[in-house]
Amino acid sequence: MTKTLKRLDLIFKNEGDSEAILEKTLSRNNEDIISDLIASGLKGRGGAGFPTGLKWRLTGEVEADQKYVICNADEGEPGTFKDREILSSVPHKVLTGMAVCGRIIGATKGFIYLRNEYKFLVPKLRTALDDFHLIMDKLNLDFRVDIFMGSGAYICGEESALFESMEGKRGEPRNKPPYPTNYGYNGKPTVINNVETLAHTYSIFKYGAEKFRDLGVKDSRGSKVFSVSGDTPIPGIYELEFGMTLQRFVDDFGDGDAKAVQVGGAAGFCVPRKRFEKTIIGYQGKLTGVSLPTGGSMMIFNSSRSMYNVLHNYLEFFVEESCGQCTPCRVGTQQLLMGVEAVKRGDKSSDYLNKLLELSEIMRQTAKCGLGQSVANSFSSIVENFKEEMIY
Amino acid sequence: MQSLSHEYIIGENGYINLIPFKDYTIDYFSPSIIKDDSKCIRCQRCVRTCDELQNIGALTVSGKGSEMKISTFFEKSMYQVVCTNCGQCVNRCPTGALVEKHYIDEVWGAINNDKKYVVVQTAPAVRIALGEALGIDPGEIVTGKMVAALKRMGFDAVLDTDFTADLTIIEEGHELLQRLTRALKDKDPAVKLPMTTSCSPGWIKFIEHLFPEFLSHLSTAKSPQQMFGALAKTYYAKKTGVDPASMVSVSIMPCTAKKFEANRPEMYASGYQDVDYVLTTRELALMIKQAGIDFKTLADDNYDSFMGESSGAGVIFGATGGVMEAALRTVYEVVTGREVPFEGLNITPVRGMEGVREAAIKIEQPLPEYDFLEGVEVKTCVAHGLANAKTVMQKVKDGTAAYHFIEIMACPGGCLGGGGQPIPTSPEIRRQRTSAIYSEDAHKMIRKSHENPEVLRFIRIFSLSHSDTCRINCCTQLIRPVNAIKRAKGAC
Ligand SMILES: Cc1cc2nc3c(=O)[nH]c(=O)nc-3n(C[C@H](O)[C@H](O)[C@H](O)COP(=O)(O)O)c2cc1C
Ligand code: SF4
Ligand code: SF4
Ligand code: SF4
Repeated sequence: MTKTLKRLDLIFKNEGDSEAILEKTLSRNNEDIISDLIASGLKGRGGAGFPTGLKWRLTGEVEADQKYVICNADEGEPGTFKDREILSSVPHKVLTGMAVCGRIIGATKGFIYLRNEYKFLVPKLRTALDDFHLIMDKLNLDFRVDIFMGSGAYICGEESALFESMEGKRGEPRNKPPYPTNYGYNGKPTVINNVETLAHTYSIFKYGAEKFRDLGVKDSRGSKVFSVSGDTPIPGIYELEFGMTLQRFVDDFGDGDAKAVQVGGAAGFCVPRKRFEKTIIGYQGKLTGVSLPTGGSMMIFNSSRSMYNVLHNYLEFFVEESCGQCTPCRVGTQQLLMGVEAVKRGDKSSDYLNKLLELSEIMRQTAKCGLGQSVANSFSSIVENFKEEMIY
Repeated sequence: MQSLSHEYIIGENGYINLIPFKDYTIDYFSPSIIKDDSKCIRCQRCVRTCDELQNIGALTVSGKGSEMKISTFFEKSMYQVVCTNCGQCVNRCPTGALVEKHYIDEVWGAINNDKKYVVVQTAPAVRIALGEALGIDPGEIVTGKMVAALKRMGFDAVLDTDFTADLTIIEEGHELLQRLTRALKDKDPAVKLPMTTSCSPGWIKFIEHLFPEFLSHLSTAKSPQQMFGALAKTYYAKKTGVDPASMVSVSIMPCTAKKFEANRPEMYASGYQDVDYVLTTRELALMIKQAGIDFKTLADDNYDSFMGESSGAGVIFGATGGVMEAALRTVYEVVTGREVPFEGLNITPVRGMEGVREAAIKIEQPLPEYDFLEGVEVKTCVAHGLANAKTVMQKVKDGTAAYHFIEIMACPGGCLGGGGQPIPTSPEIRRQRTSAIYSEDAHKMIRKSHENPEVLRFIRIFSLSHSDTCRINCCTQLIRPVNAIKRAKGAC
């Protein structure tokens, strides 16, 4: 098998120049930095794909006595582990991004919302924070970052649920609008970015917008860190350029027998073999439409796998991880799970699958947050493409 | 919600019924509130009501996903947690997952039992809201129709809680004067001031849980319902020659907490359970429908006499600030021999919908026996809704508020916004009910509790004037039992 994919080494490269880069960036004015970020085409890597520069600008424009920068390190999506890697090997890049963001929007306080399972990272992060705070003092920048430990619910990765959880409440998504840019943590304007997004800003500060923009295609610029798992001889974390087809991806990472790839985790889409060639990985490729929590999970399934089991697994995950506040999601996920079980057992006819597909579409339209809305992604893409496996 | 499901023609459930897969148990142990999770749609209105409106937090959300549900502290029964039984959550629940405990069957049973003599009392706030549940606009007073309906349903005597509301005022007013006398004249440091009202059972449970050190600040007067219950089976029974053992005393209340109150073990002053069954305004409306009575076309009827007469002061008990106003009308007059110096006896500073209201009344030229009160400003405070009650009590605790008398009602708006009132109850509807109450007061011939002729007669019979020696039996009828003994031994 020929390895054709362009592997990159931007994000994990450690050159020990963070202080210099920070100083250089801070010497520029806010508007220039934001223009650069926008020109680079960087979009949020947490799933929703919102242009990062724009997010910072919008938050900067709001008047408030206090603002916050939050790094979302809740990484709860099954099959992703890239944020952990970034935080443990290049924390200073993330912190640099936060400090620049803080200066731009006028925030003096930042938090890293760390998934509880990543507790072991804390000592390392504390050391990094101590160094970082020394640099802050040296550069005379009033900005401090703290670690906030999450408590294990997947939904707390959703930004507004994350704020609620930080405020000591039950982690349930809020109604939107207002968006975090206006009403975030403690009701104050807040920039919340994924770990990887922040690390990318560092590359842009360092190499300039052009270099970043040169990578990728059309609306998906730059590189992306993927967590590759499933039936692959080489599972792990890879930084790849946007814009490759799934076929090329599978050629490189598959075991030669891939029948489907789940792109974007439980909340993402399942792509069957016949569509590998036509599917491009990027925001405008298969990853369109709904927000995909923590993009970057690539799970490969070979022909020995039962797609019914795969779906069953995902549905069990959603049944458990839905926060439960809205009916479409809380009841819908249980209905989908019990529905596919009933069809499999023969208690319901195969027509019932159509009713369930309709239900998942209703969930997409009526659920309150990305979790409930995105259940339809994996559900419909698996059921439609592997209908026989659902029934027999 | 039911009307919505009619509107959208929601019929059969095409999906799998999930209920049998869950192991739901119904919590029916509380005498006030039943919680049935199988009917719950997890809308969390109850949680928000309990937390934001009442600041109790008895209900919370636990679990996530399919396990998510409305729960209590350690999943204990509603009667074992800090719940005050105020019923505000019940009033907001769209499905019937939270409901008051019904005593409808028991009451029909008593009515249909020839051997039972069934008396019913109706609280002031019921008559101004009952119509809403029977197709009449909010704000309309339906006293006459309600009495007529109760008589048709077969109650043997239809009486008015307002009667004991007037008694409460006299009792509470005199107690306030006593406490003021001891504090200001005798300089007795042991006197507990501020004195707080004691007629809202939700508030009683609240203070028991959250400010137990202030229990002695509560007025020793029982709530009007419990006074009534005790008197029904003693005074009323004796006068009418009914054997109290065969008497069933029912009360119609805007309140779910009264159900709990009636079931308290100490409420046996008459030797029997003083109030046997408490029904909410909603339950009464349901019974009227069950009886097939066309409520709207009923001709007005009058309460049976005695313990059926009331003053305007008794009526305004139903609104926040009402007890305060009624008490001030009486106390001021007792002290000075003159009416309160407010136009038309309307003490407007204590009225309104603001959560916490303060007012001071300056006493000038009192009668000689109260000359120690000359120039004293009696500082009062009115709070409604338990969130506001908490604010006020916290201030008292911190010593940042120097009140003499505090009125607290557990429900927003007072009893007219009670948990047992027709659904919906909104701020707008509360306002309409409030104006109904005050207009009823304004139209009453007798506006002051101490001028209610039936009350005066009663007091003469029981020689209930605190300058005389009080008889312990009269005290136990009117005063919370724990305190009755103390009072009998002490100053009273
Ligand atoms: C159910 C759900 C879970 C999410 N989990 C995460 C997560 O674990 N990490 C993350 O960075 N973003 C997560 N997100 C996305 C965040 O809401 C938010 O969009 C993101 O943190 C914004 O950062 P970005 O602009 O850098 O992508 C999740 C969204 C949803 C709906
Ligand atoms: S969609 Fe699901 S996770 Fe999101 S708010 Fe609704 S119940 Fe909660
Ligand atoms: S009855 Fe009142 S105190 Fe009890 S749970 Fe309901 S709202 Fe809370
Ligand atoms: S208000 Fe009623 S239906 Fe809504 S969550 Fe509470 S108990 Fe359930």
